[in-house]
Amino acid sequence: VLVSLICSPPQNYPLYIRSVPTENELKFHYTVHTSLDVVDEKISAMGKALVDQRELYLGLLYPTEDYKVYGYVTNSKVKFVMVVDSSNTALRDNEIRSMFRKLHNSYTDIMCNPFYNPGDRIHSRAFDNMVNSMMMQVC
Amino acid sequence: VLFQIMELCGATRLGYFGRSQFYIALKLVAVAQSGLPLRVESLNTVKDLPLPRFVVSKNEQESRHTALYSSDADNPASYSGVIPPPPGRIQVKKGSVSHDAVQQRTSTDQQESTSPVVSPQQSPPTSPHTWRKHNRHPSGGNNERPLAGPGPFWAPFSEAQPGSSTSSDPIWSGHSPPPHQENWVSFADTPPTSALLAMHPASVQDQTTVRTVASATTTNEIRRQSSSYDDPWKITDEQRQYYVNQFKTIQPDLNGFIPGSAAKEFFTKSKLPILELSHIWELSDFDKDGALTLDEFCAAFHLVVARKNGYDLPEKLPESLMPKLIDLEDSTEVGEQTGEVGYSSSPAEAPPSKSPSMPSLNQTWPELNQSSEQWETFSERSSSSQTLTQFDSNIAPADPDTAIVHPVPIRMTPSKIHMQEMELKRTGSDHANPTSPLLVKPPDLPEESKMSSSVKFTAGNTVTDGYSSSDSYASDPEQIGSTVTRQRSQSGTSPDNTAPPPPPPRPHPSHSRSSSLDMNRSFSVTPGQQQAGVVAYPPAVPPRPQPSQGAGPHVHRPVDAEGLIAHTSTSPQQIPEQPNFADFSQFEAFAVSGVSKEEEEEIETHSEVLQVEKPSDSASSLRGAKADGRVEDKAPANVPTSAGKGTTPLAPPPKPIRRRLKSEDELRPEAEEHTQKTGVIAAVLASQPSIPRSVGKDKKAIQASIRRNKETNTVLARLNSELQQQLKDVLEERISLEVQLEQLRPFSHL
Repeated sequence: VLVSLICSPPQNYPLYIRSVPTENELKFHYTVHTSLDVVDEKISAMGKALVDQRELYLGLLYPTEDYKVYGYVTNSKVKFVMVVDSSNTALRDNEIRSMFRKLHNSYTDIMCNPFYNPGDRIHSRAFDNMVNSMMMQVC
Repeated sequence: VLFQIMELCGATRLGYFGRSQFYIALKLVAVAQSGLPLRVESLNTVKDLPLPRFVVSKNEQESRHTALYSSDADNPASYSGVIPPPPGRIQVKKGSVSHDAVQQRTSTDQQESTSPVVSPQQSPPTSPHTWRKHNRHPSGGNNERPLAGPGPFWAPFSEAQPGSSTSSDPIWSGHSPPPHQENWVSFADTPPTSALLAMHPASVQDQTTVRTVASATTTNEIRRQSSSYDDPWKITDEQRQYYVNQFKTIQPDLNGFIPGSAAKEFFTKSKLPILELSHIWELSDFDKDGALTLDEFCAAFHLVVARKNGYDLPEKLPESLMPKLIDLEDSTEVGEQTGEVGYSSSPAEAPPSKSPSMPSLNQTWPELNQSSEQWETFSERSSSSQTLTQFDSNIAPADPDTAIVHPVPIRMTPSKIHMQEMELKRTGSDHANPTSPLLVKPPDLPEESKMSSSVKFTAGNTVTDGYSSSDSYASDPEQIGSTVTRQRSQSGTSPDNTAPPPPPPRPHPSHSRSSSLDMNRSFSVTPGQQQAGVVAYPPAVPPRPQPSQGAGPHVHRPVDAEGLIAHTSTSPQQIPEQPNFADFSQFEAFAVSGVSKEEEEEIETHSEVLQVEKPSDSASSLRGAKADGRVEDKAPANVPTSAGKGTTPLAPPPKPIRRRLKSEDELRPEAEEHTQKTGVIAAVLASQPSIPRSVGKDKKAIQASIRRNKETNTVLARLNSELQQQLKDVLEERISLEVQLEQLRPFSHL
């Protein structure tokens, strides 16, 4: 199970959310939204090297629920959140990082599009394809 | 029927005659109620008719397509393989078309209007309208033709060949904007002249006749044929010229860029929805630089035109539209166009055209017909080069590591770089982006090579060093890879980084060593944290007993990490070197003993520092954490291993360490020796810091640094051997002292 969400600052409203493969979307949506608070916490905590890209590994949020939430923040405070099942123990940290990098790269491509207004929901098909392919790799 | 339709399709592909063929095929399809062939045909037609016309219905597309085909057919050379069959068909069709033209027109009209089967040709009514709009030809019958569908098209086309060809020629020539308008015109010509819908054979005959007429017509047709050959997305010459003119109005320099904002305004005028414009931009901005080069602009314009004509946007940029070399012949664009056209024509064809037109067409063609095969070959021929690039571009984004490394990522795959290179050749404007990845790669490579060279240098030092350095080294490649992957532009280098992971680890260990030397030097050169770190090391080392060595590294690591983090070295190598330097100095202090452990610790810290210091590495912190974990793992592992190995250097080191603790005096001499050697090493390291700096810039410098590193390696090896010798001496002394002590004890009792 994999859910990804992209939220843009400053109000953190979501630009893009996609979950696969189960349809338990509402729960995951709730999870990612709550994890945004944790992400914000970490951003404020990291005083130095704010300019650097950093990956925020939030770890297990709920002891009962067996899934992990990963966070990633870009220089422009755009947050990427990914929820994965802990049953996917094969998912290593490196893979998560690479997935975030891909997300970031695709997001940058979208930004380059002059027809895209920052803050709009992301409808790019190329982006969707990339996210789908990424999720298929995991699941 | 399908087969016939396929034949027709093949015929249509050939050219204008193909157009009539197309009509025939469409008609057949309508008759056969098999949408697939028609779709294919429409695809072909779409490809051939990438006119900005508003082709709502497939019929129109097909008609245009067939028109193009017919023009293509006129050019036997281009369609060598395909032409033969179609002519035959055309002949057949023509006859039938002529016969049934009238009938079929009506029937096709009915069919078209009512034929949902013929998905490609959806709105016959609209097609006529579009025909009218686009059709300069005065014949109003053209409009009707589209309605008639394939049949009408075929019929008029074939019939009108004599007349249409002539009329179409002027129309074509006079029609500078999108060539498919001309196609429309030519198409229109044929409809009026020939209402050959009739049978499929008739259409074939018509086609042949049309073709013959077309051949007699003009080179323009031929040109158009070649351009529209099997490539719905191909940009014909007229189209391209139009696009270029438009480009000039925005950007006088043909080799320059059109900035995103200007392009946005321009394309907004086309009144397409923003979402579609956004998608078009995504497709056409090949190098993702936010600006459009001439080729990109033409591709985007072409897509807009196609979209306005009812063609769906493809998911991927067709090969013919890929901004390859600036080629007015549209050879490169053909592929893209075909892809796009195929896709765009999908609205009518929907499912079939989902996949890139070329591939889908290729797939369907073989199924459909021999002509289709020929058609494919033709398209393959035209788009072969572009196919490669298209794949590359497609691959680039998909390539995670390379892209991340890149792609930016997606993009730094070798193919992408190749494409970029091609783009470079084409336009200087495009070079910015393509070159950037390329340029980025070289710096990365030199850095890597430099590090590897330095690693080698250190590798030669000692086994223990290599032991620990390998750990740190392993972390370095990871860091390198991560840093590289971080930047899209550098994505291409990531493969390089990841490719030689095995070699780097080995050299890295040595590198860490050498880096430690450099650290010494850098410490001497750069005061402050480094030195503090170094200073911190020596005191920390002595108090650290063997068991606590595991804890020591941790302590050191934070210290080093902090020092390193605060330190802004010019090169990441220097930063790692600093910790290594500190480690190394510690090593010196401890002589041989504990070197392995300390080195490991140092290296761990070093790796940590490396990880932390990697500026571009967002995951550096994580990696640092990882490295810490690794280091920690290594430290405990080292301790047991060292404990386990009695004869290994690890064993002596613990003893000497303990010994030092016991006897400071002995330690001091050793320390002095170490310091002396450290001084030597520092001197060597001092030379090394410069090495990392210069590496990134000059390969020669890298080689020079490699040589220096090797020299340092030898020096360090020598030092190591000397220290080992000292260690042995010290141990002997210790044994002798212990013996004396035992001897004295009995005496004391006495």
